[in-house]
Amino acid sequence: MARSSLVKLAPSTSLADQRGLGVVDALGALFPGGGLRRGSTVTVDGTAPGSGATSLLLSLLAGPSGEGAWCAVVGLPELGLAAAAEIGIRLFRLALVPTPGPSWPTVSAALLDACDLVAVRPPVRVRPMEARRLAARTRERGSVLVVIPGRAWPEVPDVRLCALGGQCQGLGAGHGHVQGRWLEVEATGRRAADRVVRARLWLSAGGLDGPPPPSRPLEPSPEIPPPCAGEAAG
Amino acid sequence: MPVRTLVVWCPDWPVTATGLRPEVAGAVVQANRVVACSVVARARGVRAGLRRREAQARCPELVVLDRDTSLEARAFEAVVAAVEAFSPRAEVIRPGQCALATRGPSRYFGGDEALAAQVAAAVAGALPAAGTAPAGGAPRVGVADGPFAAGLAARRGIVVAPGQSGEFLAPWPVGALGRPELADLLGRLGIRTLGQLAALPAPDVASRFGADGAAAHRLAQGRDERGLEPRVAPPDLAATVSFDSPVERVDTAAFAARALAEDLHQRLVDRGLACRRVRVEAETDHGERLVRLWRTDGSFTAAALAERVRWQLDGWLRGGEGSAAERPTAGLGRLSLVPDEVAPDGGSQPGFWGESAGVDERVARALARVQGLLGPEAVVAAVVSGGRGPAEQVRLVPWDERRSAARALVLGRQGAGPPAGRAGPAGDGTPWPGRIPPPAPGVVHPDPVPAQLVDRQGQVVGVTGRGSLEPGHPSRLSVAGGAWTEVVAWGGPWPVDERWWDPQAHRRRARVQVATADGAVHLLAVEAGRWSVEATYD
Repeated sequence: MARSSLVKLAPSTSLADQRGLGVVDALGALFPGGGLRRGSTVTVDGTAPGSGATSLLLSLLAGPSGEGAWCAVVGLPELGLAAAAEIGIRLFRLALVPTPGPSWPTVSAALLDACDLVAVRPPVRVRPMEARRLAARTRERGSVLVVIPGRAWPEVPDVRLCALGGQCQGLGAGHGHVQGRWLEVEATGRRAADRVVRARLWLSAGGLDGPPPPSRPLEPSPEIPPPCAGEAAG
Repeated sequence: MPVRTLVVWCPDWPVTATGLRPEVAGAVVQANRVVACSVVARARGVRAGLRRREAQARCPELVVLDRDTSLEARAFEAVVAAVEAFSPRAEVIRPGQCALATRGPSRYFGGDEALAAQVAAAVAGALPAAGTAPAGGAPRVGVADGPFAAGLAARRGIVVAPGQSGEFLAPWPVGALGRPELADLLGRLGIRTLGQLAALPAPDVASRFGADGAAAHRLAQGRDERGLEPRVAPPDLAATVSFDSPVERVDTAAFAARALAEDLHQRLVDRGLACRRVRVEAETDHGERLVRLWRTDGSFTAAALAERVRWQLDGWLRGGEGSAAERPTAGLGRLSLVPDEVAPDGGSQPGFWGESAGVDERVARALARVQGLLGPEAVVAAVVSGGRGPAEQVRLVPWDERRSAARALVLGRQGAGPPAGRAGPAGDGTPWPGRIPPPAPGVVHPDPVPAQLVDRQGQVVGVTGRGSLEPGHPSRLSVAGGAWTEVVAWGGPWPVDERWWDPQAHRRRARVQVATADGAVHLLAVEAGRWSVEATYD
């Protein structure tokens, strides 16, 4: 067999190729180029507690993790790992540091050196210097830094994702159970991502690929809270 | 002249090594055949060589254990240590049997009989289940000329007088030589005992049976010329440095560590060894000892070793932010690197396709570094396991133990799992009755948040034994003493009666899914009339 065809058979090496990290189809429209650019910083936010920011984070991790990338999550002790497995995150390539304490910048920097994607929720207020250093480290190492919640991040991220809430399907007045959730997501950013894009995710027991319910979900209505893009420090 | 030898023989060592209680009928099985059995099992008719089923038929309450040769060797280490207290030149013939040249110690302790008694007492104290009779039978000590005759003397537990070994061996069957083919041939020629073999002329035996037969002939005559091969103590590879003045700064200590790592690495390379696990030990001037093990999939190079020591010291001397209690109170006085697990260096093969093999290595190193900063429990991996609640379906294990935990889960499925028919790990598709149907919630609160769920009249909602909500439908919810929000939809309850067979761990709970007017969906649990938020569909 010719060497060129052998090379095609080899599994794609994650840090070696510089193309970027893929995301799940439903999130593709939110990113310029249809995926996570290496070296970029992404913030994940929610308009209110329970608006779906955690599910959005898990959906974001599902794409790279499914392609064989190493992911690390720092400072999220309450992350639902059963949901992570359902959504398609490979748990054996997911490292967790639930309580990094005050040394979270060192821990995050160490993980950025090796992992393809590092999601961080800083346990304390972030100093601008620390944010700049981590962003620089991310660029240098060609990994992706995801910050949750991004509102407290003093740097301007490349892409800013915001979960706008959604609607739960299957739960009635005393009957049924949660079968899935529609999740409304908005993305803004800078440079190529400097526009407002919305997407809708269907999260069910089958992850992001499960069949949507037969009934039409709620129409985008004025009740949906205003986007959180303007609130961030920038 | 054969070496006067003492042999310690522990009958049925594979059973004794497991630490089985002496009143239990137990047998160790390898490849479906009994290898060894306890005294009680032997009394019931169990013998070595039986099939597992045959043994169980003879003794239905038989405890069958799989053979673990490394455990046997490990457990025998204590016995060898006890024997080595009498003479440093002890030879381990196999786990369960070791030999000692008696010339020096016999003179010191006043004769072979006195030495044998002393050794027997010391060995009995060193057995795994010390204090009780060993499961396989009490150890026996025999003394004779040469290790072969001494081994047989140990089976009888006697001391054979010097020069009498020939007479002692004569009645033993030729099978005792441990050469089954030769014994079979001799038996067919009518030579059934060692005495008959010894009586044959040596040149005839050599011409008919070859060199092996000649050696067997010499053994049968009690002319065992083989000397003992004492155990070689493992070389001391530890590298240690003592500081004249206590070291407080990380870079000073790391500088010394670098030289230390190179020293250790050189010693390992000289012996063709690779270190898979290294113990970093530091001692402060106040006598505090700080020890941590580092493991790596590949072998340590000098630079990698120095790097790890640096991280380690960084964590100890500076990283007191997170764990102030563990921070040393004085500077370091001594630092040593002890290779904990060494193996012959087989070299390492880089991945064929670029650095694909290097990525996992790099991640492992980064995680090891974080573990050095925060402690080994700070980096965890998730392992899917069985459970009803969202928190029980995934288990968090320290990163290093990830593989062993996954293996334990597999073993648990085969062996001591939960009671059959009731449960099994969710991953293999067996049902967990009362499990919340998927999808799983995105947020699982590490400590459940207290909550209040009331009906339209403001009375706290409860779950009846029949699994219905009373006195009314849930109407309002307050989480952690916060404002009341209206309940718009709810599902359940899913009652759970867990571990009813264990009064300590018994829990009765019911779970309810509740959606509130502000768009949040919670998974609530009620236990003993108190509600809490276990998880949130965020």
